[in-house]
Amino acid sequence: MSIISNIRTRSATGVVAADGGGAEVEWVPSRGERWREAMVFLPGLLLPIAILVIWQLYVSAANVDPTVLPTPIRIVTQLYEQRSIAWENTAQTLEEMVVGFGLSVIVALVIAFVMDNLRWVRNALYPTLIASQTIPVIAIAPLMIIWFGFGLLPKVLLIILVTFFPIVVALLDGFAATEREAMDLLKTMGSSRLQTFRLVRFPGALPNFFTGLRISATYAVLAAIFAEYVGAYHGLGIWMSQAKSSFRTDLVFGAIGICALISIALFALIAIISRFVMPWHYAARRKG
Amino acid sequence: MEAATAGRISTGVELHGVSKTFRNGRRAVQVLKDIQFTAEPGEFVSVIGPSGCGKSTLFKLVAGLERADTGTTEIGGKPVDPADNPVAYMPQKDLLLPWRSVIRNVTMPLEIGGVGKSEAMERARKLFPVFGLEGFEDAYPFTLSGGMRQRAALMRTVIQERPLMLLDEPFGALDSLTRTEMQEFLLDIWDRFGHTIVFITHDIRESIYLSDTIYVMTARPARVRMKVSVDLPRPRNIDVITTPRFTELEAELLHALREENRQQEATF
Repeated sequence: MSIISNIRTRSATGVVAADGGGAEVEWVPSRGERWREAMVFLPGLLLPIAILVIWQLYVSAANVDPTVLPTPIRIVTQLYEQRSIAWENTAQTLEEMVVGFGLSVIVALVIAFVMDNLRWVRNALYPTLIASQTIPVIAIAPLMIIWFGFGLLPKVLLIILVTFFPIVVALLDGFAATEREAMDLLKTMGSSRLQTFRLVRFPGALPNFFTGLRISATYAVLAAIFAEYVGAYHGLGIWMSQAKSSFRTDLVFGAIGICALISIALFALIAIISRFVMPWHYAARRKG
Repeated sequence: MEAATAGRISTGVELHGVSKTFRNGRRAVQVLKDIQFTAEPGEFVSVIGPSGCGKSTLFKLVAGLERADTGTTEIGGKPVDPADNPVAYMPQKDLLLPWRSVIRNVTMPLEIGGVGKSEAMERARKLFPVFGLEGFEDAYPFTLSGGMRQRAALMRTVIQERPLMLLDEPFGALDSLTRTEMQEFLLDIWDRFGHTIVFITHDIRESIYLSDTIYVMTARPARVRMKVSVDLPRPRNIDVITTPRFTELEAELLHALREENRQQEATF
């Protein structure tokens, strides 16, 4: 009994206090800090706005032919006029991306898991995976049309081909970074290989996984557009191609703008999910 | 305050003629040579020796993580069977998983052993006040100080209710004040739960202050250079450090270790 009360006293006055207040202190940011936090995003917004303004001024002043270079205002107004067609094509591209990128993440998780657990699979698969990344998308996309037609499948396959590799590599690196001592420790606790994977290797690889995901997300948009460009019924890629052929440069730019927005939205979505999945990671980083 | 770990459970360890050689590329490096080592049930035994002499390898043999080339390693009179998980092991780094709250780190070994979540949480909750971490159950490890992290790691070791605890330089990274506190704390815990403890350290004072018996290892390949019985009365408090007997033991150990260190350097 005396031991317990002794320890309590000691920790209550000494150790805990020495830590500077403990774990549950809530940080309320002041108004100035909030403002500074918001300011972080400002340059990122200002730069594109500045570019658009200069563009607008230059094209109006120099009286450039709109089929060569339309003004930003013209792009936006034309896009608005064609909004139902724009939306139809955007929806198609979004569908390809959701299916393709979603499958890609699942495929990457499965492949990385198997490669991490079976050394011979890893040794057998790695060279082929690297080789798969040297396939030029420009060459393979038209072939996909020949093989699989104009539907969803060739687009999804192309997105998977382009995006799953960075995720697999990120996961494998993350798994491999697990501390040897942590594995030993779990072994002495009687942990099976699968348990160790679930408890240590996988969660430890999550920060890497999300980094890989962010890189892949930008590739996913590119791959979808490219797959459509060479042949599709609908989609931003084929719409761009058609607009270009009929000298609607304004709509080409409009489609590019939509692609950029999709990229940014996907990037932001992944950042939000990663904060939700790994609150500990961001909290520790803020402190560290 | 009922202890979650009731009763005194302890088992002895006995190593007999144990040798271990590792292959390092094309070279074979002998790490342990003909080790004789005994820890009686409930005894606090320290192992001290030059760095890199193979103390951690000794632990890995006892924990069943490595296999000896020759000799016998017995726990409680039976050869080590890794499937039994006979020991609770505390490594030098606290290795608290950053994505788990403190309590979920502590309950992890129980979770692995198939104990239900609510029962595991209940058992852990009872230990938190004992380890001075009440109120930090749901905190993330990175919010804790070094001493608190080590106490959480020790709690994760104790909760396993294994008769034998292997502590591998658990306080090596702490500042000296926190370290002294943790040493006192460890003696309290040992007194309370009565484990057999085998403790690796670099610190001569630490080993004398804590142990019943000290094994001094030689430079690599490690053999037992000498075995010292610490005859200082218990319960000990920090004042024991200034007693003549303590100083005597310290001098004896220091001489032995310095000689070994010199030999270690000569072989590098």
